[in-house]
Amino acid sequence: MRLNKILVIILAVAFSAALFVGCDTEEQGWHHFEIKYIDTGVNSNSWAFIPAGEFFEGQFKNLNHLKKIDYDYEIMVTDVTNAQYAKYLNEALAAGKIKVDENKVLGFYPGDKYYGYRHERKINPGYYLYYPLEEPGDRIKFDGKIFTVDRGFENHPVVNVTWFGARGYCQFYGWRLPTELEWEKAARGPDFRAYPWGNEISPEYANYNLSNKKLRKILGVNHGITTPVGFFNGKKYGDFQTKDARSPYGLYDMAGNVWQWIADKYPKMSDRFMKGGSWMSYDIYLRIWARNSALPWYHDIDIGFRCARDVKNPEMISEEAKQSPTSGEKLEK
Amino acid sequence: MNFLKERFNYLFTSTKGLVLVAISMVSLVTAIWGTLSGPMVEWGVRDFTVRLLGMKLDPFFREGRIIMLYHSIAMAIIAIEVYFITSIVPMKRNHKVIINATVTVGYLTSMIFGLGFAYFGRNWILHGLFLFGLSLMFFTGILLAAALWPWKKEYYVKSPEYAHTKSGIDLERMAFFTMVVAALGSSLFGAIAGAYFGNGFETFLAENVVRMAYKPPLELAVIGHLHIMLTLIAIAITLVVGRWLDFKGIYHKIAMPLMIAGTIIVTLGVWTVVPFELIAHMIIYVGSVLVMLAALMLVIYGWKKLIRDRLNEQGIEKAGFWRGLKALLHDPIKFGPLWQMVFMNFTVSGVGIFMAIKLDEIFRVWQWREERVTLTGHWHVLASLIATIILMYYADIVGLKGKVRKWFGWTLIIASDIAFAGATVYSLKKLFVHPYYQEPFVNINMLFIDAGLGIVLVILAMLLIWRLVDLFKKHGLWKRELEHPELEVNYTSRNPEA
Repeated sequence: MRLNKILVIILAVAFSAALFVGCDTEEQGWHHFEIKYIDTGVNSNSWAFIPAGEFFEGQFKNLNHLKKIDYDYEIMVTDVTNAQYAKYLNEALAAGKIKVDENKVLGFYPGDKYYGYRHERKINPGYYLYYPLEEPGDRIKFDGKIFTVDRGFENHPVVNVTWFGARGYCQFYGWRLPTELEWEKAARGPDFRAYPWGNEISPEYANYNLSNKKLRKILGVNHGITTPVGFFNGKKYGDFQTKDARSPYGLYDMAGNVWQWIADKYPKMSDRFMKGGSWMSYDIYLRIWARNSALPWYHDIDIGFRCARDVKNPEMISEEAKQSPTSGEKLEK
Repeated sequence: MNFLKERFNYLFTSTKGLVLVAISMVSLVTAIWGTLSGPMVEWGVRDFTVRLLGMKLDPFFREGRIIMLYHSIAMAIIAIEVYFITSIVPMKRNHKVIINATVTVGYLTSMIFGLGFAYFGRNWILHGLFLFGLSLMFFTGILLAAALWPWKKEYYVKSPEYAHTKSGIDLERMAFFTMVVAALGSSLFGAIAGAYFGNGFETFLAENVVRMAYKPPLELAVIGHLHIMLTLIAIAITLVVGRWLDFKGIYHKIAMPLMIAGTIIVTLGVWTVVPFELIAHMIIYVGSVLVMLAALMLVIYGWKKLIRDRLNEQGIEKAGFWRGLKALLHDPIKFGPLWQMVFMNFTVSGVGIFMAIKLDEIFRVWQWREERVTLTGHWHVLASLIATIILMYYADIVGLKGKVRKWFGWTLIIASDIAFAGATVYSLKKLFVHPYYQEPFVNINMLFIDAGLGIVLVILAMLLIWRLVDLFKKHGLWKRELEHPELEVNYTSRNPEA
């Protein structure tokens, strides 16, 4: 009899706890609030020069995975920030390139070839979701005329942006999303490593599930969140000492913080891919070859992007940029 | 010297001793390797384990490590099922001894050297020994299939209560035989692909390629292999539980043909995945339904039997719903395995069917990482459910009685089911809570999962410590088990060694 009573009590406590938490989550209004602005000293408008050449893609180091990108290109040193994306939304709205309809920022996409394969979706030419407004996790608001960013989040990576929205941003400025090969080369450099900074991982290197709890005090929040771009640069914030987590080519946040949409499309499937892992990820997703994917209209609180661009006039690239300590050119030598 | 010899004889020659060794090995591996993931990482336990044991966790080889860990644990579980089968299905003693010896060397070799290779420095000799262990496991399957050959007249069924053909072929024996042959073919199905990927050490986890429109045939073979092997392990334990509870009568006669047909169809369906992926799932669904119907027959029979036996004990001829329910729940150790089979429908089959129906509408809309959590969650739960069923049978074998039996049984059922329910809810969390608000939900969920699994591990540790201490006693339980080494069941046909 006593056993039965104990069992009933255990079940009652468990049920009540679950109910309490369920109700609690509904009550919390976490979106659109202000935090303290943290200056990381990293310029989100800067680009890294990636020289043409061979590199190892993927998880396994053998000749099958030795790939060559036979052109120079540039890639953003950081993820696109909220401030940059809000600026784009304002400019694109003024230029008539996007429209706002029922709390949704929409933009045109010319469509994909449809093969009628299993699980494949028809993506016809038309207007698609770029960025949802009033979605939990958004840091960009729209007052009917202008897009603004929640204070303190200006230099955090933009999240909740769809693949269409990421592509739209890059295209608006004449750039593009990086391909997977471009992304991996930018993250790994000319040698073979698991993470952009080397082969070890600890909370001081990146914003992922293990570090996220430690960062809350510094960020002034009580839940998981992105960090400002370039946060893991060797600086000390409060009592949290970061390590310099730049990739060999000088890119920040190529592991953790937010997943990054990439350009690649595959026939017979509609999913687009992401790289790098996020603040919600286990360390396994931060490995350079790890992937995530979703439909191009999918958005989430840990998905962002960065752009790449061709080097049309190589002479325009300064010698300083080519020879910088983090330049792959120099490392290869 | 005699002290060691007697204990060695018990542990490595008696069915009960062999099962104890295998359960201990799985528990040890679970206890150590369980510290490498989940909240243990956050608490710093992983780093402690890695430093203490000198493990090498190279990020490039994680997938390979995990594949070898899964295989190591799976081999021990298969060995336990083989021990059960050689004890409860009539066969010649020399067959039984050879099979048990081969499977014991097989699983220990693959487990010890497999984990040695994967986690302690990638020495190629260890990898070779791992493969040797797997080969012995395959050879065990051949021996077992031969020993179970259902067309031997000496094993024809005489009792009208057990399912048999007109000529007398034992259909339960046939079900065991079919399962073993299916497992042999399915092992090859995986081994061919494994040899290819293992040769270049370009390993991958099946859940990582699930969304790719084009999967090479060998990737499909790997995906098929892992699904069918777990299914066959589940079929095997269902048959074992049936014999433990003396499954017979009309339900037995309905269940066995269903189980045989289901095993054949689901296996062929999985093999068909490589050449005809599009229709393979339809075949698999048909086979799965038949197997699940057979399991349902066992549950109906078993629950009726538990109620009847208890009421008989109490001298009650007729009972209402509540008294019947009380009788059903009287012995958690015998109620538990059947309940876990029912519970599986909520946490594994139900989730699987829901996913299949809503795949394009819900799960393929989410980011792949979320789908992956659901995929890995549901098969982890199935594997763990099977483990709890084995533990309950083992608790019965060692003769837990009275309050200890009740406490052990109910704690195992409730704690594991809380963990499994928690894991299921966790894997489907996006259905209930927006990712932005998930953290408190996830935290409380993890609490249930960790508490449930923790309690199961604690009571398992208590059971094993008791058995360890017992081994030091001169006339301990081990001595009685050595004198009566076989599992006590009613055989479906005459046992030449009984």
